[in-house]
Amino acid sequence: MARAAIIDYGLCNLDSIRRAIELCEVSAVVISNPDSLKAADYLILPGVGSFGVAMENLKAEGMDQAIHERVRAGNPLLGICLGMHLLGTSSEEGGHFQGLDIIPGEVVLLKERLDDERVPHIGWNTVAAREGEDGFLDAIPPETDFYFVHSYHFKCTQEDHVVAYTPYCGGFASIVRRELVVGTQFHPEKSQRAGQRLLESFLKQ
Amino acid sequence: MLKVRIMPTLLFKDVGLVKGMQFKSDRRIGAALQAVKVYNRREVDELVFFDISATSQTRPPDFKQVDELADECFMPLTVGGGVSTLDHIQDLLAVGADKVCINSAAVLSPELIAEGARRFGRQCIVVGIDARREDGDWRVYTHCGSIQTTQDVVSWARQIESLGAGEIILTSIDNDGMMKGYDVEMTRKVTAAVSIPVVASGGAGEFSHMADALREGGASALAAASMYHFTEKTPLEAKSYLRERGFPMRFPGRF
Repeated sequence: MARAAIIDYGLCNLDSIRRAIELCEVSAVVISNPDSLKAADYLILPGVGSFGVAMENLKAEGMDQAIHERVRAGNPLLGICLGMHLLGTSSEEGGHFQGLDIIPGEVVLLKERLDDERVPHIGWNTVAAREGEDGFLDAIPPETDFYFVHSYHFKCTQEDHVVAYTPYCGGFASIVRRELVVGTQFHPEKSQRAGQRLLESFLKQ
Repeated sequence: MLKVRIMPTLLFKDVGLVKGMQFKSDRRIGAALQAVKVYNRREVDELVFFDISATSQTRPPDFKQVDELADECFMPLTVGGGVSTLDHIQDLLAVGADKVCINSAAVLSPELIAEGARRFGRQCIVVGIDARREDGDWRVYTHCGSIQTTQDVVSWARQIESLGAGEIILTSIDNDGMMKGYDVEMTRKVTAAVSIPVVASGGAGEFSHMADALREGGASALAAASMYHFTEKTPLEAKSYLRERGFPMRFPGRF
């Protein structure tokens, strides 16, 4: 059975993501020691919290370097919400912080464009595949909703790293991907069957 | 398009769920875990769980219980009741809450909102406001409606937004459990005063009440409890009703 390592850096709940992965028939272990990453086939970088604190925690244990090593070795990595943001180059959340710089892009604050748009963006919203995207979302019917809860979003430097957009605050990237590294702005582990299907797509890579 | 969230609310007191009635009733309505399982199976948009006796009994949230409930939740969960320190927030997130609702402690020590938002991100810091209509205005109460504050609802809402709250669950104490409609006027005043999402709470008895809170109140989401527990109405029917009236609602697709 394939193994997924859920990276614990001290801020968030990992039970729901662990259970969601196990439903995909992949074993899931929560790890906080960088050495333990070596035994994993898949890496999951969850996220609740703020960018600066999260990066600090990753660096304190050398987890950032361990993640880079595994990505270079060709292991798929999924970043969820703040975990997606950490994949980027930098973030303006609460200051200016450097990210893991695996997918080039900046994390910036959502800005309301329409009267009825409120920030934070909380709730279920559509995820629509970018035209020309290479099929990552094939298993997900169009107009499927996923659960979001965030104030900042990932602005990709290269458009071809965007898998899907969500129509809010002028439209933002809700799934990004560079080779086997995927980031989702929404929480697949809280998005019921739609989220489960998306996790399956990731774990089939 | 962002959908309107329909959020069943579970009020927990001592050993089980209760029905609220202007914040006073203690009528028992069943076990929490069973209710969570049912709502999870029905794929509701989000669940709200309030431990309404924690603050009055000056005890922290029951983390073990939330852990057990969250294990059944493959849906977003907002947890409140007794949250008064940063450690409480951290521990609730750690056992599976997606958002934490601060109510009485936000009034007593507003810096908790700012610190919580800085550390965990404002999107998971919800502030619960319980208010009662008084002299043509709305007065904020704490400790389950038992302690009056000096705050009026609009200035308090603005204040918590500027401190870093990511969402407001706004409950009318007068309308709670009466099933005669939300306090739409209060909801409108608050949604006009802030730019964070506002969840209308207290008073839903008919689907038309929900449409009123959205159309006239400007709410982003609708909490309801008694309506689901004491009538045949379900969250799914509420969504069908609202969709027919033009509101953006979510219906889990077929897979």
